[in-house]
Amino acid sequence: MAGIVATTVPPEVQEAEAQAAAPHAHAVSRDGQSADGFRFFTPQEAAIVVALVDTLIPKDDVGPGGVEVGVPIFIDRELAGAYGRGARMYLDGPFGQGTPQQGYQLPLPPADLYRIGIADLNAWCVETRGGKTFDELSPADRTTALKAIEAGQAEFAQVPARNFFSVLLQNTMEGYFADPMYGGNRNSAVWKMIGFPGAIGMYREVIEKYRNKRYDVEPKSIQDLS
Amino acid sequence: MAAKLKSTDIVIVGLGWTGGILAKELAETGLSIVVLERGGPRDTNPDFMYPTVHDELRYAQRHELMQNVSRETLTFRNNASETALPMRQLGSFLPGEGVGGAGVHWNGVPWRWLPWDHEPLTQTLARYGPGVIPPDMQMLDWGVSYDELEPYYDKFEYLCGVSGKAGNLRGQKIDGGNVFEGPRQRDYPNPPMLQTHAGALFEKAAKSLGYHPFPGPSANTSQPYVNPDGVAFGACHYCGYCERFGCEVNAKASAHFTVIPLAARKSNVEMRTNARVMKVNLDAAKTRAESVTYIDAAGREFEQPAGLVVLCAYALGNVHLMLLSGIGKPYDPTTGAGVVGRNYAYQIGSGAIVFFDEKTWINSFMGAGALAVNIDDFNTGSFDHVKEGFIGGGGISTSSSGGRPIGFRPVPPGTPAWGTEWKRAVVRHYNHTLAIGNQGSVMAYRQNYLDLDPTYRDRYGRSLLRMTFDFHANEQKQANFLADICVRIGQAMGAERVVRSGPPQHYSIVPYQSTHNTGGAAMGTDPRTSALNRYCQTWDVSNVFVTGACAFPQNAGKAPTGPVGALAYWTADAIKRYLNNPGSLVPT
Repeated sequence: MAGIVATTVPPEVQEAEAQAAAPHAHAVSRDGQSADGFRFFTPQEAAIVVALVDTLIPKDDVGPGGVEVGVPIFIDRELAGAYGRGARMYLDGPFGQGTPQQGYQLPLPPADLYRIGIADLNAWCVETRGGKTFDELSPADRTTALKAIEAGQAEFAQVPARNFFSVLLQNTMEGYFADPMYGGNRNSAVWKMIGFPGAIGMYREVIEKYRNKRYDVEPKSIQDLS
Repeated sequence: MAAKLKSTDIVIVGLGWTGGILAKELAETGLSIVVLERGGPRDTNPDFMYPTVHDELRYAQRHELMQNVSRETLTFRNNASETALPMRQLGSFLPGEGVGGAGVHWNGVPWRWLPWDHEPLTQTLARYGPGVIPPDMQMLDWGVSYDELEPYYDKFEYLCGVSGKAGNLRGQKIDGGNVFEGPRQRDYPNPPMLQTHAGALFEKAAKSLGYHPFPGPSANTSQPYVNPDGVAFGACHYCGYCERFGCEVNAKASAHFTVIPLAARKSNVEMRTNARVMKVNLDAAKTRAESVTYIDAAGREFEQPAGLVVLCAYALGNVHLMLLSGIGKPYDPTTGAGVVGRNYAYQIGSGAIVFFDEKTWINSFMGAGALAVNIDDFNTGSFDHVKEGFIGGGGISTSSSGGRPIGFRPVPPGTPAWGTEWKRAVVRHYNHTLAIGNQGSVMAYRQNYLDLDPTYRDRYGRSLLRMTFDFHANEQKQANFLADICVRIGQAMGAERVVRSGPPQHYSIVPYQSTHNTGGAAMGTDPRTSALNRYCQTWDVSNVFVTGACAFPQNAGKAPTGPVGALAYWTADAIKRYLNNPGSLVPT
């Protein structure tokens, strides 16, 4: 499915785009040898995911952006592992659409949903956004495109657009707020931003003392405490 | 072909709270006991060690300690006109898997249900007559009263080292405790937990409205504790990693470090993990269980003959095994005949989100699973619910169970779900917001039931359990009434903004609500409407007993683990009597 992406935009252009979107983060590794290289995403897919995460959680005056704290790497690692394979999902048929109350009913584990969903997203963008893939759009146009998808106004060729979007948004938030050892929330920057102390395990002595008071401590990750 | 093993006196299926209690109690008889657990072995050290266990992604999001639905799941539909589809990933509820079961990852909320909850039919008829019960509501008494269960509640509370404050000691009402609770013979074994700012705000606001707030009972021990079996508990650290996690200091009561090792130590008890029971094998007349069939980690099939079978495999697992094994007659909603699968229920939630100014610090990350301030003024049996247009009620509380940010980052309605505006709202509200929740009772209805799915199968080739369930008008009214109370309390807290959360229109399998599935193998006094007699013995197969919340004929406005534990002890006593004189304990 990634081949569809490659036929619309040369890979080197996409890689350059990805690096431009994340100038202070990791380079997109083609050989997968560097510690920060993508293991699951192709360079073309990685460029799209970087652009998606940068749109969902931009770097701004409020706090760190999703890309700079490593959320694309987080998503990549998740999809390369047991979660991506749907190791804890029931994926036997037959498959029916069902009601919203019946939940996710696609025959796709998350890794396949991303692979097909990214190709669908690009095809939809090319068709409806003047021949451009998602990562080629301006930040404002990316936002407009994602709002349309979120609102159910986009028709993807293969997977339901909102299914893809909701899993992407969920994983983006997981990477942003999870322990840094998973690749996102680098240096606990997101925990610092909201005032969450992280994996710290002992409030017995302070829980009453800090009633209605700010508890201002340096957040600790699991590795900090190990 | 299953390899046939040497016969044992008793086989116990499942090793959570009820399997652990039954194994420990029945071990005293000296009979040979085999316990079969579908999941793996687990212990506090090394499985729940700090800081590894403080990992929200691994445990809360990826469900490491819970049932793996790739192997066994269920199908779901809201009503019989729909086609049920598989629950393809966990969501609404989180059954356990492995030693300790769901009791490893619970919050540790060990309620006694209110006296009304054990005999709603008798109390409703006595107070209002038959006219107020809606025609489709299948209300049943348990066949055992609160007063009969009181010593067993007490036993479970002392096993767990529950922290709390009595509100009704032998009939004497005590301010600051739950004045609506049934009479208890003695106080909790430990004093209440420390209070958070959220709890203090709730207590003050509830009092100002004339309600009766009290610290919730907590199986997160407020101080070091040694239980009557000699098991030591640590004091709770208030780390905020209870629900969905194991506890690194054994401050959250769990079978895996209490009853289970005590039973395992006995020479007459053998525990086999990674042993997944496929079915109970009955004799030709279907009146006697002869053995169980299970599959081990390598996929090998074994037949374990036994003189007595005790199902302790969670509410849903027990009903599934009964249906697969032909124990009792399956329920048919069109004719109303049959009992297995009947009276399945859940709970209904509603409440309020309370947003404060930036000078109010909630620090929701400091907390414990069961750390809460509650009111029972509007719970089942506490007030004239019929006057308000419904049957039932709910417990209202503010819980300080931890503010882990993947799951907890409240923003006011109208805020976008992403982008700079979203991020600004998260930062603004994260530490300045609390929730008030109603845990609402759900009665049983003719249309809500469990049976076997005609299409979908699990990894072992068995038909999946099929759940047909939706909320009814009675529950919607109740949850709306209680949501209004939650809003009133929030407003009395002096908040900047209070946002009402009404009940959902339909039950959905998607968002997490609670692991409080009840019914499907109801206990009772009439074999035409209940699957179990008052001792949790199946009416039709006298050497099969069934434990857990599947025995509750309807759900209550309180978490179910307290009565699950009490009923396990009650059942253990009944089984000891059965062993002296086998046969039905309630002749029909």
